[in-house]
Amino acid sequence: MNGISRRGLLKSGAAAGVLGLSGMPLRAQTRGGKLTAGLSGANTTDSWDGRTHSDLFMIASAQGCVFDSLTEIAADGSLKGELAESWEASADAKTWTFNLRQGVTFHNGKAFGADDVIESLQMHLGEESKSAAKPIVEAITDMKKITDHQVQFTLAAGNADFPYLMSDYHILMFPAGQIEEAIANGIGTGLYQVKSFDPGVRMVATRYADHYKGDSAGFFDEVEYIAINDNTARMNALMTGQVDAINRIDFKTEALLRANPALRIQEVTGNQHYTFPMLTGTAPFDDANVRRALKHGINRQEMVDKILLGHGQVGNDTPIGPANQYYAGDMEQLAYDPDKAKFYLKEAGLDSINIDLSASNAAFEGAVDAAQLFQASASAGGININVVQEPADGYWSNVWLKKPFCACYWSGRATEDWMFSTAYEAGVPWNDSQWDHPRFQELLLSARAELDSDKRREQYGEMQQILRDEGGVLVPMFANYVQAVNNRISSPDTVGNLWQMDNGRMAERWSVA
Amino acid sequence: MGNVLTIILQRLALGALTLLIVSIVIFVAVNLLPGDFAQNILGQGATPDAVASIRRDLGLDQPPLTRYFDWLGGVLQGDLGTSFAQANFASFTGTDSGATTVAAQIAPRFANTMFLAMVTAIIAVPLSITLGVLAALYRNSVFDRAANITTLSSISSPEFFLAYILILFLAVLNPILPSLSNIYEGMAFSERLQKSLLPALTLTLVVTAHMMRMTRAAIINLLASPYIEMARLKGLSPMRVIVKHALPNALAPIINVIALNLAYLITGVVVVEVVFVYPGIGQLFVDSVKIRDIPVVQACCLIFATAYILLNLTADIMSILSNPRLRHPK
Repeated sequence: MNGISRRGLLKSGAAAGVLGLSGMPLRAQTRGGKLTAGLSGANTTDSWDGRTHSDLFMIASAQGCVFDSLTEIAADGSLKGELAESWEASADAKTWTFNLRQGVTFHNGKAFGADDVIESLQMHLGEESKSAAKPIVEAITDMKKITDHQVQFTLAAGNADFPYLMSDYHILMFPAGQIEEAIANGIGTGLYQVKSFDPGVRMVATRYADHYKGDSAGFFDEVEYIAINDNTARMNALMTGQVDAINRIDFKTEALLRANPALRIQEVTGNQHYTFPMLTGTAPFDDANVRRALKHGINRQEMVDKILLGHGQVGNDTPIGPANQYYAGDMEQLAYDPDKAKFYLKEAGLDSINIDLSASNAAFEGAVDAAQLFQASASAGGININVVQEPADGYWSNVWLKKPFCACYWSGRATEDWMFSTAYEAGVPWNDSQWDHPRFQELLLSARAELDSDKRREQYGEMQQILRDEGGVLVPMFANYVQAVNNRISSPDTVGNLWQMDNGRMAERWSVA
Repeated sequence: MGNVLTIILQRLALGALTLLIVSIVIFVAVNLLPGDFAQNILGQGATPDAVASIRRDLGLDQPPLTRYFDWLGGVLQGDLGTSFAQANFASFTGTDSGATTVAAQIAPRFANTMFLAMVTAIIAVPLSITLGVLAALYRNSVFDRAANITTLSSISSPEFFLAYILILFLAVLNPILPSLSNIYEGMAFSERLQKSLLPALTLTLVVTAHMMRMTRAAIINLLASPYIEMARLKGLSPMRVIVKHALPNALAPIINVIALNLAYLITGVVVVEVVFVYPGIGQLFVDSVKIRDIPVVQACCLIFATAYILLNLTADIMSILSNPRLRHPK
């Protein structure tokens, strides 16, 4: 008969009292309302298949709303359990036991358990698998169901970051035996249940009533993501209040948005970086002195100022960024110095050098301009760069990994080992600088299995140093994620910097103000 | 009337031939573009193995001639094929159950485009004919000049510019209409109409000049004819002379221009769709070209070509029907 339960009222009253006394800001996140966001990165090829996800729209829709992973990276970068409650490793970091959360159900009512984990991981294996997470799952040699809510993984080699890898947005938990149906209709264990999904157009999801995250997350009744790939259309939609939040603000108009009192700009520096990799197995890049000359011939600050319009920070030729745990931010910064460039060229026995640099805006927005800036700054050091404009179509197949020197970008990875083993480990397919350095490789393998955090910090520090001094990839800049949200929506002070839009989890962490 | 039937049949046969040629041209053109579906969908992850595996799944490893005739065979049986985007998704799941056909993918988008074209036509056609008649009636007056200048400047501006101007005045400064036209299935008709209004107005600005000026020119052209002079001498009012005597005879060119513009409304609205995020066939077409989804591109082109052919045919028939001399040849 009572609209409000008396007990509930007392409880919340008491809670408010405690919070008030403890001096914590009383910014209760209220349940209810709707979040409408205009997001880029949508395609007509989109589906609920986590193996195919590569851009924000589906990451925010799948991992951010409808599906869960075993682990989750919190906004502050720390690791916490999602469908896994806890985990422990053997001393060599080779055997990992995950304890799964109990009482979790998929949106179709099926209970979640160990079988689902094993089958969801097996999706990524197989000869024909095109999953981007295949290398991660391939490292697991054995998956064993111990109880209904406990799974044991045995890895080919020790990996201290294994729980981090399980937070990858490709590795989503699907219901065992119903995977095809789940992919077709979007059936996960996430906070929101799919209401309608039109690939490349729109996704609507409603709050799943008895979700295990309870009142601690997922504050909206309904979430609507509208695919708006056009920058200006996204801005218009935000300005006219038709959406509450948008990703990827155009740097050129950012000041105008900032002037609007009804909007907030969120800007975070993460691991997204723009690079110029050179094939170190090919002359002249096989000579460390030539690489050093190039490192001093590039004006990083100028690139941050002109290409990113200040929305970023200079790189130090390592792919490890501020969102990484063992980021060596205190390492001495490489500086633009034409005299040093000349010096290193001389060390290599050269007075001047002619180099082709292949670039296209497919690599990153402004890549061709960046190459031209590089050309101008390097010429003072006796390095003559010839900028070759490549067609954007087929860039990743025909230029990247093929041309000796080109432009590229990386969205970065949550852990050092993940990043290094993707693009810097000897022999891996995406090693875009053909990097094969004995000491680096040795450190990579030992740090991977090392569970002692201090030792790892030391090892990763040395690796970053090696890359800065000799590495075959120029990392001139880290690009910020810049997004905007209106005042109807409240967001926590700390938003994730691993991906755009609070790591794609705005539906989980934000609420109606 | 037999005459008209012959013309229709002739035109339809020619139309079919045109469609065949269009499909060949498009197929060759898409194949000439660098990169294919496998490389585009994999992006940075395009390892040779993965590319080869997707190509195998989709039959892209077959020689182009085989692929073209396979596709043509399907179309002749009414099967537009499976879009690569969706087929690729099916190959991930290892089944065809989730795959949808090109037809199923295009149908809702095409319906949206038709809706927008219709809303625009309902506004633009009466508007431009009225303006044209009035301009002819008061030719060389201030009204004529103003109408000409306005419509000509709107047709000379790029579409996106017109769209932004309208957004500025009707959505940002005076929030009357939404700048986002994300219509979807199950939306109430009134809401759908409201959301489509800004793009429809933009398109109206784009197509009005052409139709209005043709109406005006066709009517003025006739005003020197003896039978118009006769009507004037009878003492009819200028309005009556134009609407009752001149307009029926000027219909043929006007209908032709209207048909041309309607075809444009179906095939040429990509920019407007992007600016207003309208989920029409134009956006789908551009997306599909971007990822080299040949079956969808082909199907879209066929639809575009068919729209042109049918609308032109309709225009010709209407002109014949509106002209007694053509209707009853000696």
